[in-house]
Amino acid sequence: MSIRVANVSKQFSGFKALDRVTVDVPEGELLALLGPSGSGKTTLLRIIAGLDFPDEGSVVAYQSDVTRQSARERNVGFVFQHYALFRHMSVFENVAFGLRVRGWKNGEVRARVCELLSLVKLESLERRYPDQLSGGQRQRVALARALAARPHVLLLDEPFGALDARVRTELRQWLRRLHDENPVTTVFVTHDQEEAFEVADRVVVMNQGRVQQEGTPDEVFEHPASPFVMDFLGQVNVFHGRLQEGKAIVGGVELDCPAGFAHRDEGPARVYIRPHEVDIETTPNGSGRLPARVTHVNSAGALTRVQVQIIEIGMEISVELSKDRSAELALKKGDAVFVAPRRVRVFAPAPEYSI
Amino acid sequence: MAVDLVPADSTPVPAPFRRKREDHWLVRGGLTLATLAIIGVLIVIPVVSVFSQALANGAGVYWDNLVGNADTRHSILLTATVAPVAVAMNLVFGVAAAWAIARFRFRGRTLLITLIDLPFSVSPVVAGLVFVLLFGAQGYFGPWLRDHGYQVIFATPGLVLATAFVTFPFVARELIPVLEAIGPEEELAARSLGASGWQMFWRITLPNIKWGVLYGVILCNARAMGEFGAVYVVSGRITGQTDTMPLRVEKLFQEYNSPASFALASILTLLALVTLFVKVGLERHARPKPEQPEGARP
Repeated sequence: MSIRVANVSKQFSGFKALDRVTVDVPEGELLALLGPSGSGKTTLLRIIAGLDFPDEGSVVAYQSDVTRQSARERNVGFVFQHYALFRHMSVFENVAFGLRVRGWKNGEVRARVCELLSLVKLESLERRYPDQLSGGQRQRVALARALAARPHVLLLDEPFGALDARVRTELRQWLRRLHDENPVTTVFVTHDQEEAFEVADRVVVMNQGRVQQEGTPDEVFEHPASPFVMDFLGQVNVFHGRLQEGKAIVGGVELDCPAGFAHRDEGPARVYIRPHEVDIETTPNGSGRLPARVTHVNSAGALTRVQVQIIEIGMEISVELSKDRSAELALKKGDAVFVAPRRVRVFAPAPEYSI
Repeated sequence: MAVDLVPADSTPVPAPFRRKREDHWLVRGGLTLATLAIIGVLIVIPVVSVFSQALANGAGVYWDNLVGNADTRHSILLTATVAPVAVAMNLVFGVAAAWAIARFRFRGRTLLITLIDLPFSVSPVVAGLVFVLLFGAQGYFGPWLRDHGYQVIFATPGLVLATAFVTFPFVARELIPVLEAIGPEEELAARSLGASGWQMFWRITLPNIKWGVLYGVILCNARAMGEFGAVYVVSGRITGQTDTMPLRVEKLFQEYNSPASFALASILTLLALVTLFVKVGLERHARPKPEQPEGARP
């Protein structure tokens, strides 16, 4: 079922949790609401679920306005951040709950619960109680429980937040597969951009109760619409430079601005360079090279992470090099090098935001 | 208080099979003895003497004192009526109030929490007087009630009201921390799964707090059966009509009928002891288990 959240605002004792937010979720899409804590993403999710109600605006599900409908009438599946499994019920009864309160017959309940438990691969644990399960298992029970009554929409609040790194990765891929096989319209909330990019069809980046940007993971990552989005989507090096004749000036070096960059004003600007969009060279070939000194090399992992200090402005930046490239350069601490940004992004100054 | 068994300047003795610092046996023994003596004087001797006084003239007289006297029989029946009704009222009120206080933030919430505790701090006698003032013949509602054929003061309804007032806080006080420890998530989950308010309450909330409810009810009941002050004022002390067990014990005692008085007192004491044991048995269920850190185990 498609969902449209239109111009929704919500205040909590003077604090604007949501400020005229509009989000569209087409039928069958897997959408991520991505933002730092306090950005309003969970509030938005709860409003879609009918667990909370907006001060203004409307929620439209499948052409009909459901803004004032309770969670019961909306038939949504909600997976809570800490799962909220019923501790006095077995796994089976947890999954069966949504069916029993809807008056399903015993036989139908059993058939449906078994179907779901096999979907989440927990058939053998149906008699266990929540406190006898691992985090990943609880998560899957919560998901099965939310899916039991065939909801039109599945909503997940930080679904992987409370799990350790390995289980998290497995469950992400599993959720993605589950959605591909069984495309229920799904919205999930996360503060982890990697998670959003890996799982979602589309990402809505939120901050301070507003939508900052929305688009496919590629669009959002490659074309961040604001300094906030740029900052929020992973590590980035920020320079305070100047704009002059369509070029960004950093430490006396001219850097090419991105093609189609609309900002023609001159004056101070913030220049953003991602660690993997920089190369390091040992000799200065060409313009746009910043002389620097290597301060730290960390070659553990798939990439080599190098810290270099830009000599002219004294600032340290991070650079990520491929293994091949770093083997070629054989950098060590103290080496004099040249930093060559492959791609820079420039934003006008004084953006008022915080992470 | 602690006496060092190893002199401070001695070199460490290898592996003494004893904690280095341990209280001297005199200290331990002294403290234990003092505690036992206090408990003995204040608790054990009185409780034992209640039973010994009650049974001083033999089991036959004891039984006769309890069952042979119609007024005493009536007082037992009356207490067995008043206490459960008062407990039932406080059960409904206590669960509702605790839920409201634990789950919602509303104007006047702090005031409500304070008011729930009021019966603990007000003298029961004052409570009884207030009810007489409200429902007595000269009271605010008295004439209206009398004209419509209801008698509250000097009758069972007054006893129930006074008892309910005094035992008001037990259930709610017991449940507020339990509900707060459990948190609202499971209830929200039930709502999101399509449960109605009642379904949520009966299937999720109540099973989660049932031990706390039982615990509160037991404490409330113990206090309700033993209530004296407030009931004393509103009962009018009509023998065979409004005398509850504690009132009857006092009356028999005033009439120099010590054996009968102690016989009835022994029943109250017995009920208290039973309550105590049930309470201890329930205690480990009633205390919410420390919250498992979610997902702590992979």
